[in-house]
Amino acid sequence: MSSVAELISSRELLGNLVSRELRGKYKRSVLGWSWSLVNPIVTALMFAVVFGVVLGAKAPGAAKVHGHAAFPLYLLVGLLPWALLANGITGSITALTGNANLVRKVYFPREHLVVSSVLSWLVSFGIEMTVLTVALLGFGDFVLPWLPLVALVAAVQVLFVTGMGLALAVLNVYFRDVQHFVALFLQLWFYGTPIIYRLSLVRDKSAAHHIGWVYHLYLLNPMADFIDAYHRMLFQGRGPQWPWLGWATVSALLTLTVGWRLFVRLEPRLAEEL
Amino acid sequence: MTDVAVRVEGVSKRFRLYSERNQSLKVAMMRGGRARYEELWALRDVSFDVPAGSTFALIGHNGSGKSTLLKCLARILRPDEGRITVEGKVSALLELGAGFHPELSGRENVYLNASILGLSRRQVDAKFDEIVAFAGLEQFIDSPVKNYSSGMYVRLGFSVAINVEPDVLLIDEVLAVGDEGFQQKCNEKFADLRARGTTIVVVSHALGIVRTMCDSAAWLDHGRVVEIGPPGRLIDDYVEVMHPERVAVRDEETGEAAGTRWGTGDAKIERIELLGPAGTPTRQVHMGDDVVLRLHYVCESAITKPVFGIGVHRLDGVHVAGINSREAFLLDEISGRGFVDFRTGRLPILPGTYDVTVALMDHSNLRVFDHRNKAFRFDIEPGFPREAEGIVVLHGSWCAG
Repeated sequence: MSSVAELISSRELLGNLVSRELRGKYKRSVLGWSWSLVNPIVTALMFAVVFGVVLGAKAPGAAKVHGHAAFPLYLLVGLLPWALLANGITGSITALTGNANLVRKVYFPREHLVVSSVLSWLVSFGIEMTVLTVALLGFGDFVLPWLPLVALVAAVQVLFVTGMGLALAVLNVYFRDVQHFVALFLQLWFYGTPIIYRLSLVRDKSAAHHIGWVYHLYLLNPMADFIDAYHRMLFQGRGPQWPWLGWATVSALLTLTVGWRLFVRLEPRLAEEL
Repeated sequence: MTDVAVRVEGVSKRFRLYSERNQSLKVAMMRGGRARYEELWALRDVSFDVPAGSTFALIGHNGSGKSTLLKCLARILRPDEGRITVEGKVSALLELGAGFHPELSGRENVYLNASILGLSRRQVDAKFDEIVAFAGLEQFIDSPVKNYSSGMYVRLGFSVAINVEPDVLLIDEVLAVGDEGFQQKCNEKFADLRARGTTIVVVSHALGIVRTMCDSAAWLDHGRVVEIGPPGRLIDDYVEVMHPERVAVRDEETGEAAGTRWGTGDAKIERIELLGPAGTPTRQVHMGDDVVLRLHYVCESAITKPVFGIGVHRLDGVHVAGINSREAFLLDEISGRGFVDFRTGRLPILPGTYDVTVALMDHSNLRVFDHRNKAFRFDIEPGFPREAEGIVVLHGSWCAG
């Protein structure tokens, strides 16, 4: 398909669509861009109180540097990439149905709508991560050397999200169930990903019950591998588990291929099905 | 042989008509698959070429597939069979301001919309002032478009679409946007585009515009091409077939302009006579002559306040003049047989061959008793002034200042 070439040749349009998303998102709100930060911080604090204080959950490893903020910071390191996934997917699903008017009346590469939605959330993610990095540095956690690798992991994650977004967006045109189903599935997925608990807990518990394979099954979830990589680099100051990150990369590329193929296949009839 | 800008080869487009549209998985699973649907061929084996630089019209009644065809040309719909080749950049005026974001300012939306239509930022920068000036929105360009009136919204959308400078422009019934001033600007812009060699494909019900603006036309009926050709003849044929109130009235006139005829038939215009300066019937007059067009009518029952109409067309379809007797308060009632005269004064139409269309209506214009399209043909020979160009001569006078 010429889609990749088309995507590159009309990157300006893509840029404009992204800026439309971003500007539209916080227009007429007093806090504006700050909402992008308020959300994850409040969520992190909520989880910190419920799971950290009430249930006594702890951040992994030697959390000497972070002090009392250890658990909230640990939560944020996982929550922000999770939000990139959840928002990216939710935004993509309605990217076509929400712009039906545009799709029915003007020709332009339709995948732009999905890609621009994902990219707009990537921009938010970038801002949030910058603030988080500053916070981590403030607590004396020297994360700067890891940042290039973190960016690379984020890039791979974006491919994964884009693939899912393309598939779900185009399916949602045919079955509006998709958006309801995905909302539910994202909740389940959230708890199947080491964000509010430590990955080592999964490993230890499955080993204790002599079902070590559960741990490996668990790691087949690409998001678990991505989040673990973020945790290790930004919170524990060590390298990612390369084999699992490799697996996550493979599944991201696979998802992207399948999503893209599905999109291209169903795209010709979009204008009449919407 | 000129270059072909748009080539349509054997294009068919099938739509699915869902009896019950199921967009939920539950229903789909209960039915064991996708929704049941009937197939409707919106287009069937349509082929034509549009030469580069020409203006081409698609006409047909509602549901004939002309808008579908236009959407296929715009790549919004993809044909199920056949091939469409369009040379150069396409811009489609299907819906104006589609994709405007209500919360964004006019300025931001111009950039966004133009880039959707394929313009780069630098190109928009260069054209921005022109776009805004054309829409007449200099004052409001930085306020959000949600505060725009619908007229302003449409004007801005139109202005962006038209200033993309496409090689091929597709227009769907949007010629009639904005007030008269804006319409005038649009018409000038279209003329300008045509002069610069832009190929235009237009879908329209405004047959008058099609007749005067287009080089050729295609008539679609139920997705099939009925006829392709110059708009004058095609529209005559189209009107003949499409007019619902048309009754078969025997054409008694044996003149060479065998036109079409429709109407309720309660009253008829039996005969048309052209009386020259000498007061005798003729088919040849001179420019500047004072002539009379005499319409002989016959009505079965009395008709109150009838209105007679006369239209004059050049052979290429240009509508030269149209006038009726409504404001003349000619007659309170007619019955039986009789005639009315229209005296032209100094005939201002340039030499050539012309067709006369006549009509007899009631005062409200709702009922047409008889409409005889191009029922009478006559020639105008040169007269004074000898040097005149255009369609009509202005009978004014020169004087030195």
